[in-house]
Amino acid sequence: MKSKLNLDSVAVEKARQAARAIAEDTQRFILQHTSVTIERTCARLLGIDGVDSYGVPLPNLIVDNIKNNNGLSLGLSAYLGNAMIQTGKTPQQIAEAVAAGELDITKLKMAEMFEIRAKIDIIARQTMDRISANRQQREQYLARFGDKKGPYLYVIVATGNIHEDIIQARAAAAQGADVIAVIRTTGQSLLDFVPFGATTEGFGGTFATQENFRLMREALDEASEKHGRYIRLCNYCSGLCMPEMAAMGALERLDMMLNDALYGILFRDINMQRTMIDQYFSRMINGFAGVIINTGEDNYLTTADAVEEAHTVLASQFINEQFALLSGLSEEQMGLGHAFEITPDLKNGFLYELAQAQMAREIFPKAPLKYMPPTKFKTGNIFRGHVQDTLFNMVTIMTGQKVHLLGMLTEAIHTPLMSDRALSIENARYIFNTMADLGDEIEFKSDGIIASRANQVLREACAMLETIKHDGLFKTLEMGKFAGVKRPLNGGKGLDGVATKQEGYFNPFIELMQQGGKS
Amino acid sequence: MSSGLYSTKVKDFCQTLDLTKVKPYGDTMNDGKVQLSFTLPIADDERAIEAARQIGVKMGLNEVLVAHHEALDKEFTFFVVYGSLAQTIDVTTIKVNTINSQVLDMHGVDDFIKQNIGRKLVVVGASTGTDAHTVGIDAVMNMKGYAGHYGLERYEMIEAYNLGSQVANEDFVKKATELNADVLLVSQTVTQKDVHVSNLVELVELLEAARLRDKVILIAGGPRINNELAKELGYDAGFGPGKFAEHVASFFIDEFVRRNKK
Repeated sequence: MKSKLNLDSVAVEKARQAARAIAEDTQRFILQHTSVTIERTCARLLGIDGVDSYGVPLPNLIVDNIKNNNGLSLGLSAYLGNAMIQTGKTPQQIAEAVAAGELDITKLKMAEMFEIRAKIDIIARQTMDRISANRQQREQYLARFGDKKGPYLYVIVATGNIHEDIIQARAAAAQGADVIAVIRTTGQSLLDFVPFGATTEGFGGTFATQENFRLMREALDEASEKHGRYIRLCNYCSGLCMPEMAAMGALERLDMMLNDALYGILFRDINMQRTMIDQYFSRMINGFAGVIINTGEDNYLTTADAVEEAHTVLASQFINEQFALLSGLSEEQMGLGHAFEITPDLKNGFLYELAQAQMAREIFPKAPLKYMPPTKFKTGNIFRGHVQDTLFNMVTIMTGQKVHLLGMLTEAIHTPLMSDRALSIENARYIFNTMADLGDEIEFKSDGIIASRANQVLREACAMLETIKHDGLFKTLEMGKFAGVKRPLNGGKGLDGVATKQEGYFNPFIELMQQGGKS
Repeated sequence: MSSGLYSTKVKDFCQTLDLTKVKPYGDTMNDGKVQLSFTLPIADDERAIEAARQIGVKMGLNEVLVAHHEALDKEFTFFVVYGSLAQTIDVTTIKVNTINSQVLDMHGVDDFIKQNIGRKLVVVGASTGTDAHTVGIDAVMNMKGYAGHYGLERYEMIEAYNLGSQVANEDFVKKATELNADVLLVSQTVTQKDVHVSNLVELVELLEAARLRDKVILIAGGPRINNELAKELGYDAGFGPGKFAEHVASFFIDEFVRRNKK
């Protein structure tokens, strides 16, 4: 692609190399550790599901069993495989026995590791086959209906009740939505367990549970057949249960997941060590399942100034790209995030938005960039809000953004009414059609406001990455360089769920996915 | 992940659809959600916001939220307000007088006339009385039509005469007689104190006095007209907003054939 911005390609390469060094440095730490949610993910992928009479998930109970006996560092799979050999039971039966207090899987005689691996390998491969089959089914749908050229229209549903969400999602699909994101109930990211079953009560969103995933996938498959196009399903793979969410999403054929440790650290005060470790395994699963991840850089601009801090978005995108590559995610699965959040009062603000969006497009040419609508300067004046969204729609179609989160005229008032969503879809379709090829027709002045702005942001991002490379990522987060939020290395939530892997640590899925992860 | 203020209110009302008690739908059945915008002729301050809220309450809304207020001038304030409507509607008892003709497009109408009538139909239209607005009659009659819907002048099998605006009822009847009209279209756009009603009635009376009423298909149209009202005033049909030439034509060709079968 010919650069319209005369981007400094040396600076791009330098920034990418710095991000690579930052990610590799952190990766060394990541590989030495595991966490409770990573082990619970193994439990789920090995067939353990359900809750006890108090509603506690069995994956939590069995992982607590090993954690309380200092067994986390060897991995659940080692103890579970051994328990299968010693008791002759299935993983689910073993988990039920542990839940009933009848069995402690850390107190059994240990078989040879070779035998344990062989036992676990059979079940692990079955699960991997199921996930591969889901991926193939998605590819079949896309082959049959064709994939959408141009931006995906992405809308949210957030009623709190999965059944009502389905009604809203069906209506949105009929109106033209391509991606339905089910917003999660407030605070779920801080739960160190995943709730179970279909749920009908949530605050500002709906619990992410495997059953809710399944129900919505089923409804969207019906809608896909009806409208002759594949409707993608998005949910959250963030918070304290990142890899478990990824596993559930892979099992129920979600297509897109919000998946960004930096977001959790900065905006949910999740411990940085815990979540970086979790992110690695979750991205590995997403990579294997063919899921497009969405990263959360757009949120930096909801707290920090969108003009002053634009380079932090780009720096974070570079880092996220490298972490994703290390997890086996392809560039085509990287929905790197950014946003249209410059104040409407700024003279030439639209030009800056255009510059930043075009810059992201040129630096990450294969990534399905996730572009977030204006939210920060939505006032409740729904008529102005609709105009702001129109300008945002224009930037997307002119710069080839892919995952286009529709702005709502009622942003800052309430979660979208059915009619809000319809108006928003109508707006985007109008703009995308009437301006379809405008971007191809336009070149920017080489010394103009737009090209200068893009190069300035690039230079600043490059300098920031050089500093982070020197200081290390964790230190940078402690200093509050992203979104103006400072987080201590040992602060936040979830650190007690981290363990250092010991010699002989066993996680069958990491090995299997590394062998056959990439398509 | 966006910063919207998500509703965290517990929804403790019945969420089952009951056609005898229908409410507006926001994002949950029976939430009653409505959206209003209006301007008050008072200064933008706390008192004005409370006034806006009270307007919502007087309109029968619960949980009134003044989402936006903005001074338009020193003593004018614009509001965007949300609320939940307390009232319900029993849709099972609603009876409406709808026009039951199947809507054909322009070519469909022409073909139908050729096959079933065998000659061109003469349609005379006007904006009558004091009404100077021709937007309605033009939308239906002009060659160009409106919003992609061609007008009757473009129809091969229709001979259309658009007499324009401020046509007195007497002149209209005279012209209709001269042209040997099959169909009369009367448009009423702007109205004060329901003058359009008396004007429409006067035309019916003139037609009856001239013994023409049964010889023509008489149709009224305009933003304040609906089929119910038109029938009440002695017209064969009425067309409101969102109806185009093909709706009107589809009706009168059906009606013409029906009458001539008798």
